[in-house]
Formats: sequence, C-alpha cells, structure tokens
Amino acid sequence: MTETALALPKRSASSLPWVVVVLAVLAALAALPLVGSSYAINLVIEVLIFAIFAMSLDLLLGYTGLISFGHAAFFGVGAYAAIILATQLGLGIWASLAAGVGLAAAAAAVIGYCCVRLGGVSFIMLTLAFSQLLFAVALKWRAVTGGSDGTGGLGRPSVLGWSLTDPASFYYLILAFFVVSYVVLRRLIAAPLGHVFVGIRENEARMQAIGYRTRRFKLLAFVIAGAFAGLSGGLYAMFNGFISPESMYWTASGDVLIMVILGGAGTLTGPAIGAAIFLLMKNFVSTRTDHWMLIIGIVFICCVMFFRQGVYGTACSLLQRRRTKR
Amino acid sequence: MELLTSQLLNGIAYGTLLFLLAAGLSLIFGLMNVVSLAHGSFFMLGAVIGFTIVKLTGSYWLALLLAPLPVVALGVAMELLFMRRLYARGHLDQVLLTFGFTFVFADLVKWIWGADIKSLQIPASLQGMVGLLGTVFPVYRLFLIGFGVVLAIAMWIFLERTRIGTMIRAGVDDSAMANGLGINVSLLFTSIFALGAGLAAVAGVAAGPMVGIYAGMDVDIMVPAFIVIVVGGMGSLRGAFVGSMLIGIVDTMGKSLFPDAALFLIYLLMVVVLLSRPQGLFGLQRAG
Repeated sequence: MTETALALPKRSASSLPWVVVVLAVLAALAALPLVGSSYAINLVIEVLIFAIFAMSLDLLLGYTGLISFGHAAFFGVGAYAAIILATQLGLGIWASLAAGVGLAAAAAAVIGYCCVRLGGVSFIMLTLAFSQLLFAVALKWRAVTGGSDGTGGLGRPSVLGWSLTDPASFYYLILAFFVVSYVVLRRLIAAPLGHVFVGIRENEARMQAIGYRTRRFKLLAFVIAGAFAGLSGGLYAMFNGFISPESMYWTASGDVLIMVILGGAGTLTGPAIGAAIFLLMKNFVSTRTDHWMLIIGIVFICCVMFFRQGVYGTACSLLQRRRTKR
Repeated sequence: MELLTSQLLNGIAYGTLLFLLAAGLSLIFGLMNVVSLAHGSFFMLGAVIGFTIVKLTGSYWLALLLAPLPVVALGVAMELLFMRRLYARGHLDQVLLTFGFTFVFADLVKWIWGADIKSLQIPASLQGMVGLLGTVFPVYRLFLIGFGVVLAIAMWIFLERTRIGTMIRAGVDDSAMANGLGINVSLLFTSIFALGAGLAAVAGVAAGPMVGIYAGMDVDIMVPAFIVIVVGGMGSLRGAFVGSMLIGIVDTMGKSLFPDAALFLIYLLMVVVLLSRPQGLFGLQRAG
C-alpha cells in the first residue's frame, strides 16, 4: 500500500468550509424524517448502521493496514447475541445490545490473538477461515441460533419511557449512535494510539525498532474494530428484528470491504459514504436485475485498478490539488 | 476397524483434492506473495465446464483433459491484463483484485449454469466398489488418490528436475535476485498463476463426482485449502502435500467419529500449529 494512496486528507489548510459541510450534512440527516417517506427513512437507517460497520473495518484496513476478510463475523456475533440474550434469557434490550458488543469484542480478542501472529497475506486467509467457522456455528447450532432460518424477536428500545418504535424516532436513535461512533473513532485516530496504528501500517519493522510491541497494538485495533462491528450488528438486529447466518457469510465480509474501498480506505468518512453508495446501488440494481454480484464485482475491480483512493479519497486529493495550484 | 480404514481412505481422497488446490495457491504465494482468492472460482469453473463437456460428449476423460484449458487461458488473461498492472502497488491490492473476480465468477457461473445442484457422471470403468485392506471402497476415489499421487510426483519432478522448475524455485527464494540473474520473472508469474488455475480446474473436474457441483462450492473448498496452507506452510510443495493429507484425514475421520465437534477439529489443528510454529510445518521463514 503506497503512502500517498492512503494519506489522511489535510484539513488544517482551511477548516471553515469543512465545518460548513459537516453542519450541512448533519442538518440534512436531521431533517430527513420531516420530508422523507418511511421507505427513505428505513433506507437511511440501514445506511447509517452499515456506515458504523464500514468505519470499524476502516480502523483495521485503512489505518492499521490489516486486511480482514472476516469482519462480518463480529457483526453477526453482536446481532445474534443481542437477539438471543433478549429473547431466550430475558435480558433488557439495552443490556443485550451492550452484551453483544462485549461478546463481539471478546470473539475478536480470541480470533485476533491467532490472526495477528501472521501478517500480510496470511492474515487475510486466517480472518476468512475463522469467520467461516463462526458462520458454520450460526448455521449448525440450531437449538440456539435457529439454523438457516435465523432468529428474531428483538423489539425496539425505549429511552426514558419514550418508545422508539416508529421509524422517525428510531431513526434519530441510530443517527445518534452513528454520530457518536464517528466522533469516537475520529478522536481515537487523532490520539497517540491512532498514530501508532498508522505507524504500523506504514512501517511495522520501524515501529518495532522504536520499541512498540506491534502485535499487541494490532490485536487492540482488531478488538476495537470487532466491538464497533458488534455494535452495528446489534443495531441491525434492532432495526431488522431478525438475523440469519447469511449476515456472517464471506460475501457479507466482502460487502463491507467493498464499502470501505469504494468510499476510500483510511479516511473514516469515505467508508461511511461507501456504505451509502453501496446500499443505494444495491437497492437500485436489485430491483432491475439478478446480477448484482456481477455488477458490484466489476465496479470493485475498476475501483481497485483505477480509483484506489475511493470516491471520498479521490475527491479530497482533487480539492487539495486545486488548492495548492492557487 | 473396517470403518476406520475406509474413513482413512476417504480422508486421503479429500486430501488429494485439497492438495491440487493448495499446491497452486502455495506456489503462487511463494513466487508472487499473493493469495489468490479467485482460486476457488477456478475450481468451480473447472467443475461446471467439465459438466458441460460430459453432457456434450459423454466422456469424463475428455472433460478431465479439456476443462482445465479454458481456465488456464482465463488465468493467463487475468494475470496479464489485471494482476500485472498492480505489481508496483504491492501485493495487497492484487489480493483485493482477485477478490473482485470471485464475485464476478460466482455470478457468471450462476447465470450460465444455473443455481441447481449438478453431478458429474462417473465413467463406467470407475463405477462400483473394490475390496481393499479388509474394506470395500469406491473405485472412483481410489482412482482419485492415484491420480493425485501421479500429479504430485509430476509436479515434484517438474520443480526439482527441470530448468523451468529451477527458475521457479529461484523466484520463490528471492524474485528480485532471480530477476537480476536474467530470469524472466514476470513470465514465471504468468505461468505459475495459470498453472495454479489449471490445477484448481483439474481438482474441480475430479471433485465433481465426489462432492457434487453447486453454488458456493468455490468458498467451501477455499477455506480448507487456506487452512492447509497455514498448517503446511507457504511456498512449499511438501508443506502443501503434508498439510492436505493431514487436514483431509483429520476432517473426514472427525466427521465420522465425533460428528458434533468435527467442524472445530481442523481449526483446532490450525490454531495449535499457528501458536507453536507460525510459519507452518514446512513454511518459508519470511516476514509478511
């Protein structure tokens, strides 16, 4: 991975336009329930949930330089745990969601412990293999997971006695989770820890030479990413009310990877945009043809070949080039 | 005892299939530092093309001989037109590229051949059972084992005793040095990628009568093949062979002895190897 391809967009040059853009996007998101149909609201809810999922993978792929092909496993753990704990053990919705995040982080810790021992290409194979193992567990452990039929029954939560069952109020809940996740991840990346992650991506041997135990930091990145993936999975379980093993299959891991690359790895904002493009495109294409996989495959190949920085990354470097010309 | 013997033979037959995939994957990794995620797709393409050839000509032998050829051509095209352009960018981009192709191939196969489960007709000469080591065993699986052993020996001779094989081994050891010595390394890349694709396609035709042809067979074989490589070690033919047999036997025996825990056995084996010998049993000592 070249340094230029994934360089962070420079924001310091003129921060005022950025503030305006961020406020405009937030205002548009906040105003959506006032103008949008419930179909549009549900679509954006899905986009926001998958944006959290894609951003969590970006922490690994874009910032730490670890390509995980099994990230959907933790999404699935979060979703299954939330549903199973709420319906079969009678836990409250919020407690189930929190437990799902915890279990996803725990699963990431165990799997990550094995995976970070091998770098680069082997990491890819191991993450794929372990995620298929968890997929198989979800498929075969019928008594608990419902097998290939999946399982459901998680309701929507209430905040301070105010039920969030209607699309609009549930939308604001998810929007809040998205904004908080975005800010937390952004702060994390700006913090010294984030710089260690980027250092590992750029030159792991040098980080080791400076004295960092890079394997521990890689594991930490893996666990944090797993926790956020678990969060998005739990939110998806609330939204959808239902989860099936397909959400953990390798194609699901592939989908989120495509979102990250499509939007621009190593930018955090890019993967969120990538999630939006991916889901809107999928919605559009799937109603017209059965060959969604073929189309997204070709789009992805073109993206890797010609637009490795993704939509957002390309836009950022275009803006920057124009600014330096002036 | 009888059950054990027949399960052992079944395991070796499955291991043979894995070896055909893992050998190619392992050489591609050793030489190009790339994991070809499209390898399972080549396996599936071999199977469905073989299916069509059997349907048209009625000859399994013809399928085994001809089905790999278009897949080899596809491998050459993929390497020349796509992989090659990304050499300068590092191998992770090439992995992403092969991943994109798995989506394309999976959809194309579903489009052209349909999503229903198909089966390859076994030739009459390989049908039936044969008595062996106090048990009866399908002739076809015995043929598969023999076929795999012949291919393994042929590959070993090719790598150890021919000029091209020596060049490939030099490239695996140090491709920059091999390039400096006047070996055309990019030609080697193309040939190994195509050879790996061809072997995967052969495995696909060979697997057709044993496991059936279905959507998703590409990933179902990829995951154990990856585990084989992690266990056996990358870039080593011997590692691919030992790893395949080990995984094939452990998986098959496990499924008959402890059906509930079988799923975890090969992962357990992989984790044990990973923690005790991260480079794999016969792997190259090399970072990332």
